[in-house]
Amino acid sequence: MEGPELLLEVKGLKTYFFLDEGTVKAVEGADFSLLRGGTLGIVGESGCGKTVTAYSITQLIESPGRIVEGQILFHRRLNGVEGSPATTEVVDLAKLRPGSRSICEIRGSEIAMVFQEPMTALSPVHTIGDQIMEVILLHRKVSKKEAREQTVEMLRHVGIPKSETRLDTYPFQLSGGMRQRAMIAMALMCRPSLLIADEPTTALDVTMQAQILELMKQLQREMGMAVILITHNLGVVAEVCEQVAVMYLGEVVEWADVEALFADPLHPYTQALLRSIPKLGQSKKGRLDPIKGMVPDPYNRPGGCPFHPRCAQMIAGRCDQERPPLVRRPDGRTVRCVLYADS
Amino acid sequence: MEKCSVLLTVNDLKMHFPIRHGFLQRVTGYVKAVDGVSFSVCCGETLGLVGESGCGKTTIGRCLMRAYEPTCGTMIYQNERGETVDLARLPGRQLKPYRRELRMIFQDPYSSLNPRMTVLDIVAEPLRVHHLAKGKDLEDRVAALLKRVGLRPEYMRRYPHAFSGGQRQRIGIARALALSPRIVICDEAVSALDVSVQAQILNILQDLQLELNLTYLFISHDLSVVEYIADRVAVMYVGKLVEVAPTERLFNAPRHPYTEALLSAVPKPDPRMRSRRIVLEGEVADPANPPSGCYFHPRCRYAQARCATERPELHDVGQGQQVACHFAEELSLSGVRAN
Repeated sequence: MEGPELLLEVKGLKTYFFLDEGTVKAVEGADFSLLRGGTLGIVGESGCGKTVTAYSITQLIESPGRIVEGQILFHRRLNGVEGSPATTEVVDLAKLRPGSRSICEIRGSEIAMVFQEPMTALSPVHTIGDQIMEVILLHRKVSKKEAREQTVEMLRHVGIPKSETRLDTYPFQLSGGMRQRAMIAMALMCRPSLLIADEPTTALDVTMQAQILELMKQLQREMGMAVILITHNLGVVAEVCEQVAVMYLGEVVEWADVEALFADPLHPYTQALLRSIPKLGQSKKGRLDPIKGMVPDPYNRPGGCPFHPRCAQMIAGRCDQERPPLVRRPDGRTVRCVLYADS
Repeated sequence: MEKCSVLLTVNDLKMHFPIRHGFLQRVTGYVKAVDGVSFSVCCGETLGLVGESGCGKTTIGRCLMRAYEPTCGTMIYQNERGETVDLARLPGRQLKPYRRELRMIFQDPYSSLNPRMTVLDIVAEPLRVHHLAKGKDLEDRVAALLKRVGLRPEYMRRYPHAFSGGQRQRIGIARALALSPRIVICDEAVSALDVSVQAQILNILQDLQLELNLTYLFISHDLSVVEYIADRVAVMYVGKLVEVAPTERLFNAPRHPYTEALLSAVPKPDPRMRSRRIVLEGEVADPANPPSGCYFHPRCRYAQARCATERPELHDVGQGQQVACHFAEELSLSGVRAN
C-alpha cells in the first residue's frame, strides 16, 4: 500500500478481567488504526475502557486481566544498513507474553507511555534524573556519563530550566507542570515511534495544559512520532488530534477524522456527548442536554448495543437484542450502530 | 443591570497563613492566600470565581463559611430581616444561626461523604444539629430533599459506596439544602464528574436556584462551566481579584491580560477553531513570595516598566466591569467570540 504508512492496527481487541464477582469486559471490541506520525484521540467517560486499551497495547494488563481476543499489529521499523531503505516487521503485540523479552524491548523504547497523574507515576524516592536515565540505560548501550548528558539535553528540550541541577531533584520538589514535563522527557528518551499519553493534562490547570499540549505538538513534529492521546476532554481532542475513536463501555463506537466527527457525529452516543458539554463562547441560557442515566455497572453490561438504555434513538426489539455491526462508511469512518447498518 | 439587593459584601478580605520554622516555631513569613479581596453578591445571582489552582479560590469559600478565621477584612451579610452583620467578627455562638443560611457543596463526592454513615444520617445531620426535626418528620424531610435532587428516597438507608459519583454529588447537594440556605458555596462542585453527569448536576443546580431563590458562589477552574452557569464572574490571580464583570462582558471583551490568556487557553471542542493560543510562560507566582508590582507582570505579554513597580488597584471601567490593570483602558484584548 502506498501513501502514509500504517503504524498500528487494532482489530477486535477484547480485554477481560476475571474477578470473583464476575467477568468485567473492560474492552469489548476495539478497532482502530493509526498512521506513522499521526495523532489519534481516544475519548469516552470514565470506566469505558480507554486506559485498559492503552495498557493492552503495551501489555501492561495485570492479572486477573487478560487480552482474550484480537490483534494489535505494530509495524516495527527495523534499522537497515545505512543507505538501504528501512524494512518494517509486523509484530502482533497481543500475542506476546506480558513480561516477555520481546515486549520489554518494544515497551519504553519504541512505544512509550505518559501516565495520568504526574504525582503518583514518578517514584518519590528516586531523583528524576535517575528515573529518566534508567530508561536509556536499559534500552541503549550507553555509559552512565552519556546517559546523564542525554538526560540533561532532553530535560532542556521539554522546557525544564536549569536542567543540570533539576536532574538531582526529587519529584516532590517540582510543580505539577514540571513533573509532567519530566514524565514526557522520560517517555521520549529512546525516541519512540509511538507515544501513548493517558490523560496527560487532566491534573493540570488550563494554562499549564496549554503549555503541555503545545510542547507535545512541537515534539511530535520534531521527532515524527505518532501519538495516542487518551482524554475525556473533547476540547483537547478537537485541539490536537487528527483522528478520534469514541469509546463506550469497552467498544469503539465511532472512529473518524476529527473534522468529520465534530461536524457530523454519527453515533447517538457521540451526538449526545457533544450536546452535553457547555461550549465556551456559545449562547448560554439554553439548558444543557445531558445524557440520561449513567454509565452502567461493568458487571451488568446491557445486552445488544451497550448504549441502548441511554439512547434517544433506541429501536425496541432491535437495539436491545442484537449487537450492532461495525459499519464502514465510504469515507473510511467506522460506526457501530444499527441506524447505519442498512445503508 | 437590574437593581439587586446586595446579600453579601466582602471588603478587603485577607487570609494569611503563617509559615513556621525551627524549634521555637517562629513565624518566618506568610502565605498570602487571599490578599485584599473585595466583591459583593446580589440576591438570587450566581457569582463565578475562577482562577488557577493555588490562587485562593477555595480559601475565600472557606473564609465565608468561617472554616478559617480571616486575618482581616469584613464580610457583611444581610439576613432576611434586612439586618446586617459582619460574619468575619462574629464569635462562634452567635455564628450558629448564620451557618444555616450559608452552606457549601464540596468538590470531591468521594471524600466529602462519611463512608460509615447512611445517606439518611448524612442528609439529616444538619437538621439534627440545629434541632429542627426528629423521628418520622426528620425522615420525611430527608425523603423530600432526596426527591428534589433526583434520588429515590428508598435508597436513604444505603451507604455512600453504593452510589456513583453523580449520585453522591446529589447527596452532597441535598445535605447543603437541608437547612434551606440562602447562599450556597459550590466549591468545584462538578469538576470531579464525567461530562454527561456534569450536565445533569448543572441543570439541577439551575432548577434549584429558580425554585428556592438561591444565591450561588460558584468556584471553578473550568471556564466553560462558569460561562454556562454564572451571571457575573470574578477572576483571581495569586490571592487578588484581577477582573470582575458580567459573564457576557468578561467572555466577549476581557480587559485584563490574564483573563484573555485564560480564555484562550481553554481547548474549544471544535476543530475548526484551533486557535492561535496565548501560551502563558512560567508558572503561577508563589503566594508566600509574590513578585513586585502587579503580580501578573512576569507572565504578561503587555507588561511595561510601570507594572513591575506599581501595584494596580481594582477600578471600575464601566458596564459593571472592574479591572486591576494599569492599561485596562488602552489594551484591546480578544474574548472568545472574536476569533
